[in-house]
Amino acid sequence: MLDPMENMQIEAQALQLTKDDFASDQMVKWCPGCGDHAILHSVENVFPNLGIAKEDFVVVSGIGCSSRFPYYMNTYGMHGIHGRAAALATGVKLANPKLSVWMITGDGDCMAIGGNHFIHTIRRNIDINILLFNNKIYGLTKGQFSPTTPQGSKTKTSPQGTFERPFNPGELVIGSQGNFFARSLDANPKAMTAVFMEAAKHKGTSVVEILQNCVIFFNKAHELITNKETRDDNQLWLEHGKPLIFGKDRNKGIVLKGTRLEVVTIGENGVTEGDILVHDQYEKDPGIHMMIARMMPPEFPVALGVIRSVAAPTFDQNLMEVLENEKANSRIKTVDDLLQSNPTWTID
Amino acid sequence: MASNNNKVVELEQVVVRFAGDSGDGMQLTGSLFSDSTAFAGNDFATFPDYPAEIRAPQGTVSGVSGFQIHFGRKSVYTSGDLADVLVAMNPASLKANMRWIKKQGLIIIDSDNFSDKWLEKAGYTSDPTTDGSLDGYRVIRTPVSSLTKEAVKHLNLDIKTTLKTKNMFALGMVMFMFSREPNVINEYFEKKFASNPLVVEANKAVLAAGYNYADTMEIVGYVYKVNPAPLDKGKYRNITGNVATAWGFIAAADRAKRPLFLGSYPITPATEILQELSYHKSLGVKAFQAEDEIAGIVSAIGASFTGSLAITTTSGPGLSLKSEAIGLAVMTELPLVIVDVQRGGPSTGLPTKSEQSDLLQALYGRNGEAPVIILAAQSPSDCFYSAFEAAKLSLEHMTPAILLTDGSLANGSEVFKIPAVAELPEIHPPLAEANDPEYKPYRRDPVKLNRKWAIPGTPGLRHRVGGLEKEDVSGNVSHDPLNHQKMILLREEKVMRVANYIPEQSVFGPESAELLVVSWGGTYGVMRTVVEQMQEAGHFIALAHFKYIMPLPKNTEEVLGRYKKIIVCEINNGQFVKYLKINYPQFKYHQYNKIQGLPFLVAELREQFEKLLNA
Repeated sequence: MLDPMENMQIEAQALQLTKDDFASDQMVKWCPGCGDHAILHSVENVFPNLGIAKEDFVVVSGIGCSSRFPYYMNTYGMHGIHGRAAALATGVKLANPKLSVWMITGDGDCMAIGGNHFIHTIRRNIDINILLFNNKIYGLTKGQFSPTTPQGSKTKTSPQGTFERPFNPGELVIGSQGNFFARSLDANPKAMTAVFMEAAKHKGTSVVEILQNCVIFFNKAHELITNKETRDDNQLWLEHGKPLIFGKDRNKGIVLKGTRLEVVTIGENGVTEGDILVHDQYEKDPGIHMMIARMMPPEFPVALGVIRSVAAPTFDQNLMEVLENEKANSRIKTVDDLLQSNPTWTID
Repeated sequence: MASNNNKVVELEQVVVRFAGDSGDGMQLTGSLFSDSTAFAGNDFATFPDYPAEIRAPQGTVSGVSGFQIHFGRKSVYTSGDLADVLVAMNPASLKANMRWIKKQGLIIIDSDNFSDKWLEKAGYTSDPTTDGSLDGYRVIRTPVSSLTKEAVKHLNLDIKTTLKTKNMFALGMVMFMFSREPNVINEYFEKKFASNPLVVEANKAVLAAGYNYADTMEIVGYVYKVNPAPLDKGKYRNITGNVATAWGFIAAADRAKRPLFLGSYPITPATEILQELSYHKSLGVKAFQAEDEIAGIVSAIGASFTGSLAITTTSGPGLSLKSEAIGLAVMTELPLVIVDVQRGGPSTGLPTKSEQSDLLQALYGRNGEAPVIILAAQSPSDCFYSAFEAAKLSLEHMTPAILLTDGSLANGSEVFKIPAVAELPEIHPPLAEANDPEYKPYRRDPVKLNRKWAIPGTPGLRHRVGGLEKEDVSGNVSHDPLNHQKMILLREEKVMRVANYIPEQSVFGPESAELLVVSWGGTYGVMRTVVEQMQEAGHFIALAHFKYIMPLPKNTEEVLGRYKKIIVCEINNGQFVKYLKINYPQFKYHQYNKIQGLPFLVAELREQFEKLLNA
């Protein structure tokens, strides 16, 4: 038996699609240097390789810089209203579960105005792919703080620095009983493409947080994990079945000590590679995944890659099963049956 | 049936009102009596009157639940003004309903519940059944509770279960009074409580006890008979407005060969539409209960983009929440029906009471120039046809439609002649064909001005839509000033051209007369009743009742111009009259408005119209 990934590749070859099949004729109007460009290219690289016909993709979005995305993809698409992309994606998927539905959203769109739809979509496990562009600022409205802006940041609406606590999207996803959460970086297109492939493969709501740089309003928001000098000590690329090792010298690792994670150095204090926590992205219990998603500098590196990927029944599958079951078993087969259902009476 | 001792009196029409505590089962009592009315062949209309609270404190006026039924030998258009018969299970229900009973009307009370304790809870200082305050009425004091206990003594039930059946004693009495066969009710017990034979037995016994009590005690002295109404041949059922609305959409989806998708969130008094559609998955209906009103409509827009007949159902507060999304459907030019089951507002207002006060919100409550089709259903059974029509117009013209119903239509019921689906009109949405080289997202049909519906999954039609202004024909995002104006005018004109596809405004009554009564939506029954009565009394009066609100029928101006005086009657502070004044400022409009969470009464309307005719 082929694994699903290989199967997909065979189907993709049969369809013979390329990146050009998905490039739209619209001028891309994001700022030069914006991380969104790299994300667009990655998605264009992923779509032809999924074994899905080009007319079976639907890309929807809310409002914000990221949400212009559907206009730049040659697929069926809808640019919705602020915060509601998840509801739009839900309607598309439930109306036709065969479609591959992609939702593009930003930190404000997804977790401020759209927070309610975000958590409920995840809770239901509707089979859609959510790409969450997290630049930690409001870009399209020109520089107000967002739900992910780090505490203390001075922005146009927090001239004295924010004093509200930011969301960590991974915590929201896992807290909403999410089954797929991955994190990626606009500065690493290759890894980003691989993560998108995994998200596409996952059945159910998959959320990919992309740490994306806004060059205008919050440049270098992710500097610590993108700068050549500091990144190796502040990012940790996860791989299923591999120990959580990071650092310039690949000698730092994460261990589970009691109920907490801790950074250790291999070779110091008797720590060996065997002591390091091994990543299991398929573990149903969300405990360790939650801890990995929460890791933040300066205490921890940021975890990148697939944090959680657990198979579970999807809402759309369940809905179709109930529909089929009702069709097979109900006495009401036609609209006339319904109208004539008891109690009725006849006048001759 | 009736024993010989009771004299049979034939009546043209009767109004019966059942009232009791919220937990007394008055809605069930009323609906069972309605079933027996249907089997007796009468035409009828019903209306439940219940509090917003599920179980308000027992025995208090705020916890009273009522159910009114109007039935007759002739066509019945309303649930009736004042009751001929009131069944009051406790002092609170008597107190709450005194103003709904005719002078000299018949009042049946459960005398077991008229103790000091319950009188005090209801706010009485003395017993109205003995202190003379009911002089002029015919009061039948019946110890319903103790007779019920007696009737089921042999079954050894606990007291709670026993007293739960006392509503059936009252029902039995009323059944006897109106010469009804108890069989239909007994069949209901057998079906409903099939798993609990003891409960079937108890209910049957209590119903029979009430029936026999009324017979042997000769409590009324008469047995009334309302002969069958001359209804057309065919199959009939009793239907509420909310169920009719749900079924209308199911039928429309069938005739359009499109799957039905509902995105909705529970809200009084619209919830039953969501509930009803949730049952019908065997017909392919996808009813999605969303996390809020906005997700309800936006998921429907997603489903509409994907080729479903998509609808969302709500009441006034929910319509407010959906405003922005309705604009998205206007801009993306997708079919979508929004049902607003109107209730008393503003804000939370009067959730269980009916009003017609969302008309201006439906017409104008959005940012930008955002016209939509608006229809208003006129009776519980008409909700079926109005839902069908709203779906047809929305699908064929590719623009959202709002269907206005209201709390009284939603919960009220009437006789519905069952149509054959094949006899309903076909619906032809303008689907784009796969790989059409000429396809452009915003290219329009020159006649209707609608764009084509290109459904995801169809080869060769990939395109993007969205809330940003669209360039004419191509559908690309455009900020061009002249294009914006052009598109606004096109969207407006598209909706106005719907007038070419709806019937002309009809008038009930003479072509021209002294007075034209104008009304719209859920008040049809009472308006028709009063105008008919006045015509029969020799008045020159006609009724123009509007069902198509946006656009108005093409002959509206001509109709309004034919009459000397016009009076516009609404359950709001004058919204339709404002709309008419904007469109046809040359006419003088009188108006009559009632905003009490209560329906119009025939008598009050008649008084208004007579005043105007005599002025």
